[in-house]
Amino acid sequence: MDDPIMVEVKDLHFSRGNTDIFRGVDLQIPLGKITAIMGPSGTGKTTLLKLIGGQLAPDRGQILIGGQDVHRLSRRSLFKLRRRMGMLFQSGALFSDLDVFENVAFPLRIHTELPNAMIRDIVLMKLQAVGLRGARHLMPSELSGGMARRVALARAVALDPDLVLYDEPFVGQDPISMGVLVQLIKKVNLALGLTAIVVSHDIKETLSIADYVYIIADGRVMAHGTPQTLDVNDDAHVKQFVHGEPDGPVPFHYPAPDFFDDILAPAGQFS
Amino acid sequence: MTRYLTALGRATLDTLSSIGRAGLFLVQSIICLPSREGFHLWLRQMHFVGVMSVAIVLVSGLFIGMVLALQGFTILVGFGADEALGQMVALSLVRELAPVVAALLFAGRAGSALTAEIGLMKATEQLTSMEMIGVDPLRRIVAPRLWAGFVSLPILTVIFGVVGIWGGYLVGVEWLGVYAGSYWSNMQDSVNFVDDVLNGMVKSLVFGLVVTWIAVFQGYDLIPTSEGISRATTRTVVYASLAVLGLDFVLTALMFGDLG
Repeated sequence: MDDPIMVEVKDLHFSRGNTDIFRGVDLQIPLGKITAIMGPSGTGKTTLLKLIGGQLAPDRGQILIGGQDVHRLSRRSLFKLRRRMGMLFQSGALFSDLDVFENVAFPLRIHTELPNAMIRDIVLMKLQAVGLRGARHLMPSELSGGMARRVALARAVALDPDLVLYDEPFVGQDPISMGVLVQLIKKVNLALGLTAIVVSHDIKETLSIADYVYIIADGRVMAHGTPQTLDVNDDAHVKQFVHGEPDGPVPFHYPAPDFFDDILAPAGQFS
Repeated sequence: MTRYLTALGRATLDTLSSIGRAGLFLVQSIICLPSREGFHLWLRQMHFVGVMSVAIVLVSGLFIGMVLALQGFTILVGFGADEALGQMVALSLVRELAPVVAALLFAGRAGSALTAEIGLMKATEQLTSMEMIGVDPLRRIVAPRLWAGFVSLPILTVIFGVVGIWGGYLVGVEWLGVYAGSYWSNMQDSVNFVDDVLNGMVKSLVFGLVVTWIAVFQGYDLIPTSEGISRATTRTVVYASLAVLGLDFVLTALMFGDLG
């Protein structure tokens, strides 16, 4: 990768209780590109985003954003850095007491001194971009899942951030909403020239927009490369994941005693 | 034995760490000085935790004043001292019942609502998204609620006391026939502004801070699941009620312990 680096993760170690989530992860997120971080459910993809956003602290290692070590910043500096970041949450995470317009206007009202007329114009432009200008007066409870995520996307890019983190943007979407979101993420990235990190396990959609992909499993980076190189990768883990094979190095069955013994277990030994 | 000691040690460490987190949380929230935006948020919370608690405080204050007068009259009349009814009703309310019962009602109505509201914000990632937008939830969500609780409970306590005294008047004077002049004049003679009214207000300020602190911390620190919210809401009411009753004894001992 010869592009300048926006986010660099070095030797990241993180655990919850006795479970190691990351055991030495190294990533480089190029500036102005869409980088996908993929992997099976439960590999800590969302945790990685929270570590990048400074909401969690690593046990060891460093995360640098634009050269700044996220976890060495003071609380005030961290909040300042976050103004240059946007995050699209899996649930949308819209503020339930504000309507669509005010949700998108929220970062502008907080972080800028812009007059109301200008805030209105910016919000309407962002809502127009996600196709929901007409829904500006609706409350979050009145939106479908797909609409909520589009509003959340408009809010995430309201301040024209340098970096946008997408947490499972395609989960639970119908095919139309999913297609809309895929196009929106690509378009927003091209139009604003921002750096995007997309965490997802929706292979087809993610690979269709990503410039670079990291596959994470077992707390490590299993493979990385462009979507084309990963498609022809011979590694059994990568093949199983990229081609969606039900069984392989990641077993279909959760570890369990022998099926025959389990079925014929005498009464009183059920567990 | 070892297992018992380990469990005891873990519980102690958990409790100490929780107290430490709650202390840090309070300091970080309370030092958020109100800005113009913060003032609007505080005003909105004053409506939510204060104004919306007025009805329950009015009704409770009225009935407690009425019951006090009824019970007090049956005792005092036996000693021919029914004219001291105003004094008894006022001192009971101003020193004890108004601060304590208003705080207990406040914990049940506003405290549980604050915990559930903040907890639901946490469960739906609204607090996290606020952080990622670069807004400190302690400043934006917690501080206005904390200050609103701190300010509104003393006001609710005053309302409780006034309505209670009026309730006592209704039963004692209007219904049981105590002479109105002695009801008010005995009250006026015996209730000292500094010793009774101000001490009662100090109690309600302390209760306001403690109840709201417990409520917002329980909401902020809960496990973001439906079960977690339900448990935290229950904890708020239980901890806040016990804290109010315990602190009431301590404060009463400090304020009135040497009067006898």
